[in-house]
Amino acid sequence: MHEASKTQISAEQIAVEGVSTKQISARQSQFLKELKKHRLFVQSARVILLVGFLLLWEVTSYFDIIDSFIFSSPSKVALCFWSMVLDKSIFTHIGTTLYETIVSFLLVTVISILLATILWFSKKSSEISEPFLVVLNSLPKSALAPLLIVWLGATPTTIIVAGMSVAIFGSILNLYTSFMSVEEETLKLIYTLGGKRRHALIKVVIPSSVPAIISNMKVNIGLCLVGVVIGEFLAARNGLGYLIIYSSQVFKMDWLLMSIVILCIIAIALYGIIGIVEKWYLKRL
Amino acid sequence: MEAILEIKNLSHSYHNLEGETLALSDLSFTMQRGEFISIVGPSGCGKSTLLSLISGLMEPEEGTIELHGKRMGYMLQKDHLLEWRTIYKNIVLGLEIQHLLTSETKSKVQEYLEQYGLADFANAKPSELSGGMRQRAALIRTLIMEPDLLLLDEPFSALDYQTRLTVADDIGQIIRKEHRSAILVTHDLSEAISLGDRVIVLSKRPATIKSIVPLTFSLEEDTPLKRRNAPEFKGYFNTVWKELNEDA
Repeated sequence: MHEASKTQISAEQIAVEGVSTKQISARQSQFLKELKKHRLFVQSARVILLVGFLLLWEVTSYFDIIDSFIFSSPSKVALCFWSMVLDKSIFTHIGTTLYETIVSFLLVTVISILLATILWFSKKSSEISEPFLVVLNSLPKSALAPLLIVWLGATPTTIIVAGMSVAIFGSILNLYTSFMSVEEETLKLIYTLGGKRRHALIKVVIPSSVPAIISNMKVNIGLCLVGVVIGEFLAARNGLGYLIIYSSQVFKMDWLLMSIVILCIIAIALYGIIGIVEKWYLKRL
Repeated sequence: MEAILEIKNLSHSYHNLEGETLALSDLSFTMQRGEFISIVGPSGCGKSTLLSLISGLMEPEEGTIELHGKRMGYMLQKDHLLEWRTIYKNIVLGLEIQHLLTSETKSKVQEYLEQYGLADFANAKPSELSGGMRQRAALIRTLIMEPDLLLLDEPFSALDYQTRLTVADDIGQIIRKEHRSAILVTHDLSEAISLGDRVIVLSKRPATIKSIVPLTFSLEEDTPLKRRNAPEFKGYFNTVWKELNEDA
C-alpha cells in the first residue's frame, strides 16, 4: 500500500513537470496517458464494485429474494444510523470504542518502547524473558478477557487492558528485534567517540528504529481495536462491541450491520492517521 | 623524541564454546609522537583486535598498553555516517556525546569544513555525498575530537580502487598536515608503504611481530601518491611482501 502511494506521487510529479516544461516526448505522453487511464479504470472499478454490491443487496432484500429480517438492507442500515444520530446514542457508542482503542494503543506504544529499551540494555533480561514473551505472544489473547473481567471488573479499564493484551507482546518482540538489528559497527562508532550504551541508544538505535516503530504502530492500532471489541463483547454497557453482541441477541440486524460498517470506517480512519504521521516523518527526514 | 604509545608483551585470546583462540602473542613496540605506523598481516591475524585493545574497547588479557595522551580517534572500515543527520550534525556527534559542543568547537568545525571542501555540504544528507567526501566527513568527525592518536582500521577498504587511491592520498596528507600520530591497519601493502613511516609486519595467527620496516623516501614533496612512483617503493614492497609470505 505504501509502495503504491509512493509511485502515485512520483507519477503525479512527472505529470506536473511535464506540463510546466512542455518538453515531453510523444512516447512519454503516451506512457502518462496510459498510466492515467489505468488508474481511472482501477478507481472506477472499485466504485462500481461497491455500489453494485449495495444495489444488489438493497434490491434483493426489497423484493424478498433474501430475508430482510436476517440480512437487513443498506437503506435500513442507513435509517437505523440516522435514528441513532437523532437520539445521539450512536455518539456514545462510537466515542466509547474510540476512546478505549486510542488509550490502549497509546499505552501499548509507550510501554512496548520502554520494555524493548530495557531488553536491549540488558542482554540478561532479554535472554531470561524471551521464552515467556514468545509464549504470551502466541497465546490467543481473547482467552484472557474473561480472566481480566474477574480480576478488574466490568469497567472501561478492563476493556483497555484487553485491547492492550492483544498487541503488547508482539509489539515488544518486534521493537526489540528492530533495536537489535542495528549494525554492531555503528554502535562501535559511538563507543570510539567516547559514548556509553545510553548514547548508542539515543543517537543510533532509536533514530534508526523510527520506521520500525511507525510500522509497528500501524499493526498495533488494528490489534487494539480487535482487543477492545472483544472486551466489549464480554463486559460493557457501551461501545460498538456491546452494540454488536446486544443486537445479535435481540435480532436487531440493522444495528449489528451498522456497527460493523462503523467499525470498518474507524479502522480505516485510525490507520489513516498513522499514515499521516508517517508521511510527516518522511518529509522531515 | 617522545613516545606516545608503548606496548609491552601484549597477548590476547578469544574464548567460545569450542575453545580458546590465541589472537595476539607477546607483542611489543613503541611509537613516537607524530609517527605514522602501518600494520600489515595476513587476513584474520588479529590486526583489528590489536586496534580494539589499543583503543580501550577491549581489555588485554596479558601485557600493558601505555598511552601518553588523552584521547584516541578511531576510523572504522565504513564511514557510518548517520543518514538521519546532516553532515554537520554527523561531524559534531562526538562533541555532542562528550558535551563539548561550544561556540569555540563549533567554529573549529566550520574551519575544518571549509578547509576540506565540505562547507557547501554542511546541511546535506550523507547519501548526497560521494564515497570520498563521506570518508572525509568521517575523518573530520574523528579529528575534531583532537585525538592524540588516530587508529585507522582499514578505512579505505569499502571504497572502489580509484577512489581509494585519491582518498588515501587525501587523508594521508590531512593527517600529516595536522601533525597527528596514526596507526593504520590494512592488508593492502602498497597502501601501508605509501602512508607509513614504518611498516610493522605481523605473522599469521597467533600474531607476533615478524619485522619492522622503516621507510624513507627521497621525495621533495612526500605524499602517498608520489611515493607510489618513487624508486624506493618497489624495494620496500618486495621486502614487506617477502616478510609476509616467508612462512606461508
